[in-house]
Amino acid sequence: MDLRFTPEETAFRTEVRAFMRDKLPPAIRTKMIEGRRLGKEDLITWQRILNGKGWAVPHWPKEWGGTGWSAVQMYLFRDEMQQAPAPEPLPFGTNMLGPVLIAFGNEFQKKRFLPRIANLDDWWCQGFSEPGAGSDLASLKTSAKRASGHYIVNGQKTWTTLAQFADWIFCLVRTDPAAKKQEGISFLLIDMKLPGITVRPIQTIDGGHEVNEVFFDDVKVPVENLVGEENKGWNYAKFLLGNERTGIARVGASKARLRRLKELAALEQAGGKPLIADERFRAKIAAAEVELKALEMTELRVVAARTRSNKPDPASSILKIKGSEIQQLITELLLEVVGPYALPDQTPHDESDRWNEPPVGPEWAGPLAPQYFNYRKTTIYGGSNEIQKNIICKAILGL
Amino acid sequence: MDFALNDEQRLLQQSVERLFADRYQFDARKRYAQEPAGWSGDLWRQYAELGLLGLPFAEEHGGIAGGSVETMIVMEQIGRALALEPYLATVVLVGGLLQLGGNEKMQAEILPKIAGGELTLAFAHAERQARYDLADVTATVRRDGANFILDGAKSLVLHGDSAKKLVISARLSGQRSDREGLGLFLVDAGAAGVTIRGYGTVDGQRAAEVQLSGVRIDAGAAIGEPGKAYQLIERVADRAMAALCAEAVGAMAAMQETTVDYMKTRKQFGVTIGSFQALQHRAAEMVVALEQARSMAMLATMIAADDDVRARRQAISAAKVQIGRSGRIVGQAAIQIHGGIGMTMEAKVGHYFKRLTTIDTMFGDADYHLGLLAEMGGLIAAA
Repeated sequence: MDLRFTPEETAFRTEVRAFMRDKLPPAIRTKMIEGRRLGKEDLITWQRILNGKGWAVPHWPKEWGGTGWSAVQMYLFRDEMQQAPAPEPLPFGTNMLGPVLIAFGNEFQKKRFLPRIANLDDWWCQGFSEPGAGSDLASLKTSAKRASGHYIVNGQKTWTTLAQFADWIFCLVRTDPAAKKQEGISFLLIDMKLPGITVRPIQTIDGGHEVNEVFFDDVKVPVENLVGEENKGWNYAKFLLGNERTGIARVGASKARLRRLKELAALEQAGGKPLIADERFRAKIAAAEVELKALEMTELRVVAARTRSNKPDPASSILKIKGSEIQQLITELLLEVVGPYALPDQTPHDESDRWNEPPVGPEWAGPLAPQYFNYRKTTIYGGSNEIQKNIICKAILGL
Repeated sequence: MDFALNDEQRLLQQSVERLFADRYQFDARKRYAQEPAGWSGDLWRQYAELGLLGLPFAEEHGGIAGGSVETMIVMEQIGRALALEPYLATVVLVGGLLQLGGNEKMQAEILPKIAGGELTLAFAHAERQARYDLADVTATVRRDGANFILDGAKSLVLHGDSAKKLVISARLSGQRSDREGLGLFLVDAGAAGVTIRGYGTVDGQRAAEVQLSGVRIDAGAAIGEPGKAYQLIERVADRAMAALCAEAVGAMAAMQETTVDYMKTRKQFGVTIGSFQALQHRAAEMVVALEQARSMAMLATMIAADDDVRARRQAISAAKVQIGRSGRIVGQAAIQIHGGIGMTMEAKVGHYFKRLTTIDTMFGDADYHLGLLAEMGGLIAAA
């Protein structure tokens, strides 16, 4: 047992840290620190900077732009990127669809889509959830009927993150309504510009617009856009969801938020002294730090085990549960730092990221209540924490 | 970065596992607790034969020069077996004090006897008023010619009633809670002026109250430089806490496994209770709490011997917080899921629960260490 990284790993961390320091545009870094929303252009700019360095899709095979890094290097890269704090690449292309195409797509699909994912030339969104298919995803109803070289798609997807910016959507659709529910599903790539697609925004409790409903009304999708085999889509979806949980602990991002929390708690006065000097508040922060340290060690244990076996680990569910709880806890503490200035609604009502009025209370107060509201999502998405507990019981405990 | 044991460490783990599997079934434990010392002298000799009692000591002192990982391995198995023997008191605490602070003569005389299983010792440090403050020592020591004279009272001395020798902390100078002015002295338990009152603790182990009135010892009995003992006490307390974290993880892991086994066999409403989601989720929460605790016990182990005092103190306190909190989550859920049977002396689960409860109170509970950590500025610097 040894806590230390090798000299090569430490040098790698230093290299990544320097890159993040030098190449992350200051305006994007500031938005990340302040907890403001990023626009479409921010994500594209950053993705292309990463791609220019060859770091856009490090986990992919080398022939498709991967770096061949070890599990430890992947961990260090992600940790430094989150701590910078830099935005992480849009997951829908790089973490979800990319690996599915690499594993199950045909050569034409790989050549057509993978380079454009790495450079964020195509903005992908994920068409899995439906109004009647949330945690019970396999009960989805959106149908695709084959007719003369096309699938005719009808139905509705929901919770579609950033579909308002999307060029493409990858969908689970039902191609065999007679089969058992997991067996009649196919994995289809759909161009968002096709006639019959309507995107309708869903406003969330933080006042933001991240998620959407997407409607399909007799949309004609060429059969060449089927991934793998017809009616085998559930297997690809399970593969995708397994990948979705890697990196979900977000330890680096939580470290950055804790630094911000301590910075603000030192600025804010309570009873004539900085809030950080308040014993009760300080103990709450320390408790969050202990949880995070334990999670960091747990993630490192998973990473170290992966360098030996390379199989996905059911411990990912532990990382998801604790990682999301800690992220929520930190937003809660940030809200408590804001105190009464959580009250004014300073949400920007357009895509400008700014409230167009003079701030009420401290300059930094505006985004923190909305962020608290927004982060309730973390225990719901990516397989809700209750689903993760089911997975632990089944995969680890054999219950 | 590596969390795996090496081959020798795995062998050590297997041999300790085998010893406890053979000799420490729950019924055997009940018998050992009835022995006069409150633990098994026979088992203690087995520990010695396996080399466990000399684990941290140099080869010249009958040991194998093991480190904190080896101690972790033994303590985790002690936690699983709920073993009663004074390993922490004798090997980790007193052994650690002598190894790090004892003079050559003392080490050559005592350490081989510990390693050989001939001698058990106890660390008489805590006092009634001190709660968890390691520097709060009011027992006094004064020079009298070539001798020292000790006076005062020590409390909650782990296995103090079966120890043949005690290491006693006392104040040469300064005020209560000053870090300067403390000394450590090796004293025969039977020395004139030493009165020991032993009693059972709630976890089935033993402790003692120790009275010192005019105890006369010679100058060679001092461990380290008299007056400068605080750093040594702190270092050994950190080692002990790392060891306790490992013991707690062993106990929690055993509780979690026992609980899941029970869920798979106990039937109600015609089905096993493990099919109920309310109980499944509670079991999943036990897993999460256990793994977080295991991670921090590993951190504590790997940092226990670190010379960077601040980094070591932060990590040990953080680990103690996690162990205390996880211990409550795992322990309380295990009793709840067992239902009424979990409340009985007959079931092992309740005994694990009581041991976890006492571990939290040793060397500072979760809240105490959270306070220490917050005072140190936490684990992460502000932006």
